[in-house]
Amino acid sequence: MRTKKLAELAKTIRSKNAGTDKITFDIIFREEENYKLVKESKQITKEKIAQLFGISKERICDFVEFDPAYAIKFTILRSTPSGSPGEGDIFGCQQYPPLLDIEIPIE
Amino acid sequence: MRKAELRIICPNGHLGFAPTKEESFKIGVATYPDYYCCDSGSDDIGPAPLGADKSVSMYEWQKHDLELMLLASREQGVPMIIGSAGDTGSNSRVDLYVQIIKDLAQKHNIPKFKLAYFYSEVNKEYLREQMEKGIVIEGLDGRGKLTIEDLDKTDRIVAVAGVHPYIKALEMGADVIIGGRSSDCAIFAAPAIKEGFPENLSYYLGKVLECASFCAEPYGAKESVIGIITDHDVKVTAMHPDQRCTVASVAGHAMYERSNPYYEFFAGGMLDMTNCKYEQYDEKTCKITGPEFVPVNGKVKIKLEGSGKIGEKYIGIAGIRDPYTISNIDKVIEWVKEQVEERYQDIKYHLNFRIFGKNGVMGELEPVKDIKSHEICVIVEGIAPTKKLAEEITLMGTRQIFYARLPEVKGTAGTAAFIVDEVLPASSAYMWTMNHVIPVDDPMEFFDVKLIEVGE
Repeated sequence: MRTKKLAELAKTIRSKNAGTDKITFDIIFREEENYKLVKESKQITKEKIAQLFGISKERICDFVEFDPAYAIKFTILRSTPSGSPGEGDIFGCQQYPPLLDIEIPIE
Repeated sequence: MRKAELRIICPNGHLGFAPTKEESFKIGVATYPDYYCCDSGSDDIGPAPLGADKSVSMYEWQKHDLELMLLASREQGVPMIIGSAGDTGSNSRVDLYVQIIKDLAQKHNIPKFKLAYFYSEVNKEYLREQMEKGIVIEGLDGRGKLTIEDLDKTDRIVAVAGVHPYIKALEMGADVIIGGRSSDCAIFAAPAIKEGFPENLSYYLGKVLECASFCAEPYGAKESVIGIITDHDVKVTAMHPDQRCTVASVAGHAMYERSNPYYEFFAGGMLDMTNCKYEQYDEKTCKITGPEFVPVNGKVKIKLEGSGKIGEKYIGIAGIRDPYTISNIDKVIEWVKEQVEERYQDIKYHLNFRIFGKNGVMGELEPVKDIKSHEICVIVEGIAPTKKLAEEITLMGTRQIFYARLPEVKGTAGTAAFIVDEVLPASSAYMWTMNHVIPVDDPMEFFDVKLIEVGE
C-alpha cells in the first residue's frame, strides 16, 4: 500500500499550551481532499496518539475533527503544570514532531 | 443613534512581548478605528513572572507599543483598552502601565484625558475565609477543588476579569483603560457590548482579535488586524499588505491555544462556536456568522491563577562527546543522582537532568528511544530552599558528570565538556498552584475601577 507522511499532506502541524495544565495539538489541512483522506484513514485517533506518545488514553482530554477549518485537534493533560521543576518546554510548542511522520495510506 | 458597525484595531497578540510592527499598524490607524485594544498578558510564560511579580517583556518594548496606541487613539479621540497589563496583570504591572501612560502624556503634551484602571490581585486570607465558610473553589482542567495546603503554597493570585470592569470604566467615561488580569476576549467584547452590539458576536469579535495577526496568513506575528462588528456578523481584515484573513486562517485560529475549538469560557458564560460559518468577504477579509453565547447557569464564576515559590534555582551545562558515555547516559545520570543524594540527605531539593540529543525537549512524551547523536548536552536544573544550597546542589549535579565512573571509558581526565566551570543563577522557581474558579455574587467583586485625569 502506498503511503504519504502526514507532514506532506498537512499545511500546519503544531503544539501549544492550552492554559497551565494542557498541551493542545493542531493538524490543519489546506485542501478538503487531504483533510478527508486523513480523517477517513483512521490513522489519527485517540488510541493511535496515546500509543505514539506513550501515554494513557485518559490523558487525551479532547479529540475533535473540526470540519470548518479542515483540522484535527487533540489536547493532552500535562504531567505537571507548565513551568514546574523539570520543565523542558514552557510554551508546549515543540511537542508535535512525532506527528510529522505518521504514515497515511493514499490509495 | 448608535453606530451600525464598530471597528476595533488590535496591533499585537501580546503587547510588549515583542514590539508591534509599525507599518501595518499605521495602515490600520489611517482607517480611523473606533477603538484601540490590546491584550498584554498570558499564562504561557509560566508561573515565575506572576510569583516573582515581574514582567517578561522588556520595558522599552512595552513603552513602544503603548506609545503607538496612545498617540493614535488620543489624536483620533477614541478609547484605548489594555488588558492583563505587563504580562501577568498583577497590581504592580497595572501601576507600571499607568505610570508609562502618565509619562507618555507628559512627553507628548497630550491634552487632559480620563484614565481608568483596575487591579485584579486577590488576597489569600480572603480566599481562606471564603473556604472556611464552605465556598468551594473548583479546579479546572482535571485539578481537584482548592485545598488549604495549596492556598498556603501560593504567593500571588490574580482573578481573571470578564467584560464587567471594562464596561464600567467605559461608562465612567474612560479614554484609556489599563486592566489587571483579564480574559483575552473581554478586552474587545466589552466595548462592543457597551455600544449595544449582540453578546454572541461581541465575544466572537474578542475571540478572533485577541491574537492580532495570528488569525491571518501567511504567518507573520505582531501585525495589526481590524475587527468589524454589526448586528449580523463579524468581519476581520488583515492590515499588513501581504497578509489576508481567509476562511482557513480564521477558522484555524479558533483552535489556537484552546483545548477545544468550539468552546471559549469566560466570567459570565461560554461562547459556542460549533455553528460558526466562515465566508471570504473580500480578498483580505473573512466574515463570520453563527457564534452562540450561553450565559452561565447560576452564579458567575471567576477564574483564579495562583503561583507559589518552590525555591531558588541554578542551571548547569555539561557537553558529552565520548560515545560510550553517550550510550550509557542514563547510568551516568543515576550515578550522579546517588552522589548528590549521599551528600545532601537532609535537604529538600529538586534536581533534574534534561538530556538534549536524547529526550531533552519532549521528556516522557518522546517516542524516539535510541540516541543517534554523536554529542549530547545535559542541562542540570537544581532547586533548593536557598541560593547557596541551590548553587551547591546544581554544581554537584553538574560536576559529578565530569567524574562519572564507567569502566569502559578510555578517557579518564573528565567525562564532560564545560562552557563555564560554574553553574548559572536562574530566576527563583515557582509553580502554578491555582487554576480554579470561585463563584461570586457580583462579577465586579475583585475588580475595583478607579478613574483619574491625566495630561496637560
